[in-house]
Amino acid sequence: MLIEALIGVCLLGAMLTFVAPDRVAGKLAAGISLVPLVGSLFMYATFEASGNALFGGETMFGMNLAWFELASYQLSYHTGLDGISLPLFVLSTVLVPLAILSAWTPIQERQSQFYGLVLFMEASLLGVFSALDFFLWFVFWEAVLIPMYFLIGVWGGPRRKYAAIKFFVYTNVASLVMFIGFATLVFALGDSVGSFGLPEVTQAIADGGLGSVAGVPGETIALVSFVLMFIGFAVKVPVVPLHTWLPDAHVEAPTPVSVLLAGVLLKMGTYALLRFNFTMLPGVATDLAVFIALIGAASVIYGALLALAQQDLKRIVAYSSVSSMGYVILGLVAYTEYGLGGATFQMVAHGLISGLMFMCVGVVYNTTHTRMVGDMSGLASRMPYTVGALVAGAFAYMGLPLMAGFAGEFFIFRGAFASTVLPNNGMALITGVAMFGIVIVAGYLLFAMQRVLFGEFFSATDYEVREAGVHDVAPLIVLVLLVILLGTAPGIFFDMIVTATRPILDNVGGGGEAAVESLGSVLGGVR
Amino acid sequence: MLQQPFEISGLALLAPTLLLGVTALVLFLIDSIAPEESSSALLSGVTVTGSLAALAAAGAILVTTGGDPQDLYGGQLVVDGMSLFFTFIFTSVTALVALASYDYLEEFRYKAEFHSLTVLAATGMTLMASSNSLATAFISLELASLPSYALVAFLKNNRGSVEAGLKYFLIGALSSAVFAYGISLVYGVTGHLQFNQVAENLGAAGDGLVGVLGVGILMIIGGFAFKTASVPFHWWAPEAYEGAPAPVSAFLSSASKAAGFVIAFRVFTVAFPQATAVDLGIDWVLAFQVLALVTMTLGNFAAATQENVKRMLAYSSIGHAGYVLIALGALTGSADQALVLGAGMLHLVVYGFMNTGAFLFIALVEYWGVGRTFEDYNGLGKQAPVACVAMTVFLFSLAGLPIGGGFLSKIFLILAAANAATIGTYVLAFALVVNSALSLFYYSRVVKAMWIEDPVTDLEVGGYPTGLYAAIVVAAVVTVLLLPGLGLFSGVAFDAAASMIQ
Repeated sequence: MLIEALIGVCLLGAMLTFVAPDRVAGKLAAGISLVPLVGSLFMYATFEASGNALFGGETMFGMNLAWFELASYQLSYHTGLDGISLPLFVLSTVLVPLAILSAWTPIQERQSQFYGLVLFMEASLLGVFSALDFFLWFVFWEAVLIPMYFLIGVWGGPRRKYAAIKFFVYTNVASLVMFIGFATLVFALGDSVGSFGLPEVTQAIADGGLGSVAGVPGETIALVSFVLMFIGFAVKVPVVPLHTWLPDAHVEAPTPVSVLLAGVLLKMGTYALLRFNFTMLPGVATDLAVFIALIGAASVIYGALLALAQQDLKRIVAYSSVSSMGYVILGLVAYTEYGLGGATFQMVAHGLISGLMFMCVGVVYNTTHTRMVGDMSGLASRMPYTVGALVAGAFAYMGLPLMAGFAGEFFIFRGAFASTVLPNNGMALITGVAMFGIVIVAGYLLFAMQRVLFGEFFSATDYEVREAGVHDVAPLIVLVLLVILLGTAPGIFFDMIVTATRPILDNVGGGGEAAVESLGSVLGGVR
Repeated sequence: MLQQPFEISGLALLAPTLLLGVTALVLFLIDSIAPEESSSALLSGVTVTGSLAALAAAGAILVTTGGDPQDLYGGQLVVDGMSLFFTFIFTSVTALVALASYDYLEEFRYKAEFHSLTVLAATGMTLMASSNSLATAFISLELASLPSYALVAFLKNNRGSVEAGLKYFLIGALSSAVFAYGISLVYGVTGHLQFNQVAENLGAAGDGLVGVLGVGILMIIGGFAFKTASVPFHWWAPEAYEGAPAPVSAFLSSASKAAGFVIAFRVFTVAFPQATAVDLGIDWVLAFQVLALVTMTLGNFAAATQENVKRMLAYSSIGHAGYVLIALGALTGSADQALVLGAGMLHLVVYGFMNTGAFLFIALVEYWGVGRTFEDYNGLGKQAPVACVAMTVFLFSLAGLPIGGGFLSKIFLILAAANAATIGTYVLAFALVVNSALSLFYYSRVVKAMWIEDPVTDLEVGGYPTGLYAAIVVAAVVTVLLLPGLGLFSGVAFDAAASMIQ
């Protein structure tokens, strides 16, 4: 019930903001977005479910009602949160208010429409992370596109129209391809499943319900479905080579929208990969592990190399996201406790870090009106707080210990090295190569920071450069604190994530490492 | 045909058709009392009331009979879940169009004729939905078509409208002839016109007459292709929809198309059951797969290249005919046929609202005298936010985004294709995906123009006409509500499909 209440608040708030006058819209939206934040923190505080929602685990705060019948299939309105979805739910509710605050300065036109769309998007995002019936989930999944199209298309940069339609069409095709894959899977289950509920479908597959259809054996159907769904989700993540919409969308989107795009929307892709591909079809995932791991490693390295070649700060951060999401793929395919857990943790950690980085770049841009590395230098002396946050974000990106990025990547590497999905330590080999990405990241971020932030002050544009206002800097400080908090005490999310990923590993049955030491001993050893 | 005693209960079961027919006569009566001064409000009001009464009657019959097939007049007509479902589509579209015409027609003469022609066409459509023999099918199809020709040419002094009417009429006459010839061939082989008896006697074709039967079935497909604006008889549609007054385009592209589909659904599931036809070597499923593929691709590619919004919608309407043809193309033996047919029915009901709404928005724009191209729509969102929000809902729903029922019904069609699990239907599913992407591109051009672009000229919309606005808002609200509420229809649709198929 609480989930529905929060989604409802977002939707009603969106309508209210839409008709509100421009001068109050920003403050109104910020106020409204505090309600889901408080609600999700309350959820976190009272959360005591364990297990994976798809394997009959307990879920909380949701409901399950019959929606309608589709021939012999029952569609339900089924929501609920488990240890995997709650952290992402909280991440969304944290980032939206901060993004709204960061929009107060740059968004000066059609404000009520802007904030209304942001709240509409929040409603859809919360739905994506909490829906447990396929059709309901798909409604929210696709609904995210609509506000995003307008947010990029109306308030974006010079090439916004191109970027918006590219994002729109690209991700829409991907979703439909994924849908064909999932539909094929459900029909191949035949009578063993009577609904499109994610738990029911997962259970039916785990029970071996996948039979042959029209002479095509079940294994082939599983393979085809897996590939179609993987392509569909990979566009959203995005992984190389399906990433080309991302830099366009990021560069053209206004900064607060980039924050949500990198911080939450990309996580929809990895979340769906985890929920669908890696939970429902572990057999195919382990069979294809070498390809998936290579795709992950390629995203890490290629994304980092692309970032290295950029002069636009926003492009640098955008391509870094491709790189970071590659690690998530590696963690997922490892099929170990730390691999899956670390991947999920990294989704949250990267959400906060990339949000922080985009906000910093946005604040710099609001002041200097340029994002080009060569156009400015020595900002540290003029805007110390923003620069401090930017440095902190960059260090988190590089994986400095005690920052969230370190915890996420460390878990992933640890899980990947222990993985046995590939013979002859293949997973460790690929991961070892991918770790080289960190060096590149450190390289380009340090280089960019050195040129932009330090040295003699210089700005190619004639604007007065000074520290931004309180409502611009406050979100940065909050995010830095959260990044440090998650880095020093990763258990606040990792513990609940692990309860939800364990059933996935039990279902794989020996695909990954068997026993896992307690979290404390691992972290203790590192420190 | 045998003489049957006149069944009084039949009149009650045909109440929706009769109510529409009476409404048309009442409109003539009103007009004959005061030919020149009949008020727009009165005529629209009578039409809307009559349509809604027919709609209510259909609902009441559905509730009392539970959708069980009721044979009438020796089986020439049948009232079942399928016919009542489509009657709902026809009457709601008619009501919306009549409501919108209140403002649209204000300046014109012959208002009563306009309204009575739409209602007469709707009468024919409800009869089409109930037809259970090739003879009644043909007659009701003509009853629905003849008023439509006149309606397209309604703007007598507008060259485009008259030209469109003529073109529509000529192609209509040609396809009617083809259709009638097909009927005669089928009759020649089976010796029957009534659908179920045709099905029983299909075996007679075994004696070297399969070729004749096959040609007959092919020609009947041609007749449906005309009515549904599918390939190969689709080329009247862009001209007719563009030239006709926009409310007429709305009526034709939504209701008339649905009417073509209901009769195709019934003929091909009842008269030529897939299993029997395949045994004879006449695989009409394959024919529909090809038609669906070509129709949706052609419609969408043509729509993507248009500069005129109304013409774009006309081509998109051809594209949607292609989507619904999946409901026939996926009726393979391996499919859950009720699911497949039901998906097509659900798409048509959603389409009835979202497409009507989109054309009525065009009517509103015509009323304002804004131009016809995408550029002319630039900045319209600032001038008329309510109507433009509604139009955005229609377009995104047509594109299959979850802001309206079009999202669910489109993915049901993909589901139907995947369900049939043959190479051909998978090709259809992927074709729908590609076309859907393309449609998102051209639909969002309108959205972009309305909300994102700045106006090129000093745009000033003239007034906010009540009737048009009411019709558009109602259509938009229903489109949105059909997203969570499609369940209200899905039960009826799947039951109706299941009971017709066995």
